[in-house]
Amino acid sequence: MGKLVNRIEPDFLMQSYLVEVAKGVALVTRQFARNLFGRKDIVTVQYPEDRRAYTPRFRGKHLLTKRDDGDVRCVACMLCSTACPANCITIVASEHRNNDIEKFPTTFEIDLLKCIYCGFCEEACPCDAIRMDSGVHTLPTMTRRDQKAGKINLLELAKQSTAAQGGEFRAHSHAGAQHGQSSDHH
Amino acid sequence: MFASLIDATNGLLNKVPAQLFTHPVVNVAVWTVIKFALFVLVFVMGTATVLTWLERKYSAVIQNRIGPNRANLGKWRLGGLLHMLADPIKMLTKEDFVPDTANPWMFRLAPLVAFVPAMTVFAVIPFGPGEHMMIANTELGILFIFAIGSLNVYGAVMGAWASNNKWSLMGGLRISAQMISYEVAIGLTLCGVFMIYGSTDLQDIVVAQGQMIAGFLPAWGLFTQPVAFVLYLTCAIAENKRAPFDVAEAEAELAAGYWTEYSAMGFAVLALAEFVEIVLIGCVGTTLFLGGWQIPGVHGDTPLTMIFQIAAFLLKTLFLIWLQLTIRWTLPRFRYDQVMRLGWRILLPAALVNLVVTGVALMFIDRK
Repeated sequence: MGKLVNRIEPDFLMQSYLVEVAKGVALVTRQFARNLFGRKDIVTVQYPEDRRAYTPRFRGKHLLTKRDDGDVRCVACMLCSTACPANCITIVASEHRNNDIEKFPTTFEIDLLKCIYCGFCEEACPCDAIRMDSGVHTLPTMTRRDQKAGKINLLELAKQSTAAQGGEFRAHSHAGAQHGQSSDHH
Repeated sequence: MFASLIDATNGLLNKVPAQLFTHPVVNVAVWTVIKFALFVLVFVMGTATVLTWLERKYSAVIQNRIGPNRANLGKWRLGGLLHMLADPIKMLTKEDFVPDTANPWMFRLAPLVAFVPAMTVFAVIPFGPGEHMMIANTELGILFIFAIGSLNVYGAVMGAWASNNKWSLMGGLRISAQMISYEVAIGLTLCGVFMIYGSTDLQDIVVAQGQMIAGFLPAWGLFTQPVAFVLYLTCAIAENKRAPFDVAEAEAELAAGYWTEYSAMGFAVLALAEFVEIVLIGCVGTTLFLGGWQIPGVHGDTPLTMIFQIAAFLLKTLFLIWLQLTIRWTLPRFRYDQVMRLGWRILLPAALVNLVVTGVALMFIDRK
């Protein structure tokens, strides 16, 4: 059953507008006074100073997570750059000193101007190494170069990941951690 | 250093013959300039400038927003009051763009043609008691307002035509139709006023409004011609092409209507002309319907009462300006055909009936 709408039959007084306009002016004035003294209904968020929190599912600027020892979790498997529909991820892999880890990225660069923030890289990553839950809205810059986020930049937002990485690897991680200092070539 | 400056000035002044200052022509010219400066430049332009900010702020607070508040001098924002300084700076430094296919002369002239008549009409507004309290003392006050005030439409139509843009042209066509229609109704409406007071001299009309009806009600136009007041306000808002009658600008339909192609100072002058006209509607409405500078029960010609009466005039004008702003932010806009129907089929007959009723009433009421 549909909703019944109570339609007002306009009489002559209403159609002459005069009373209605006076009522409207009174309403507007009341709302003006209400907002002027006490700002009761003002909904504006003063943006640069006050920011509204994004939802946890918001896909913001990417971040690379770290291992327990602070090393980058990424193993340069190239799944994210393969999944990327915008081709914005460039990874140069190198051999890791720790044989258990095998590979790590010497450069990991995301062109944020190309990125379409689809989140496929997150989903493709088997190591929970790349994430987009930083909650950071990418800001405009003066040059295109500044929109290329390198490894150092991505690690700045890094969070410690608690996910188990690479199946059984976690059991050996203490042994691996002592050798696992990779230098950042970016 | 100052002493020598004063000496030099005195030396210069001594060479000017003393009669020059008492010469009637010079006297009139000096006082005209002073009156013009105080009334038109300070009050009218000041109010119009503040309105450019106030309108945005007022509408914002009505609509549960904050409105312009960012322009600052260091840490002082003053609630955004500085926007009225920031805007002219921005407008003056932007490119004054003229479209390739526009007629550059008419395009540049149009804002002035819209602005100058609006300013000129203030010459006949009596802002205080006595024959000196108006810039040009003329017996044809109302007719002057009609003659010059209706020149406004040329500015908008010229700008619209010279832009060589279809949106502008549509806006220009609508504005000419709208303003001509409402000009008829407003003319017939104000006829009732000068029938009652028996004069077209605005100062005479204001003086006549100082009487009392039945001993307690001031004989303001609002009470002697209540229908005319409503009709005047409606027609005047429509002539100023502002919402709810903004069919000429019509952002929803015509980009920005007749001023689509205007930028920088050309746009600023057209917009300012609109704000000056708000003040003008307030001044004319005050003079004809709210008793001008009259304060009920206050008579006499001491300087103190004179100051209070001038203040009363300015306050009444500000009240009408507030009323216009509030109506503009209360009502939704009319469709173009609704505007024309309201003008020709409701306001014009109402003005005619008002005229006839006024005439018949005057036949029976004893006029001194």
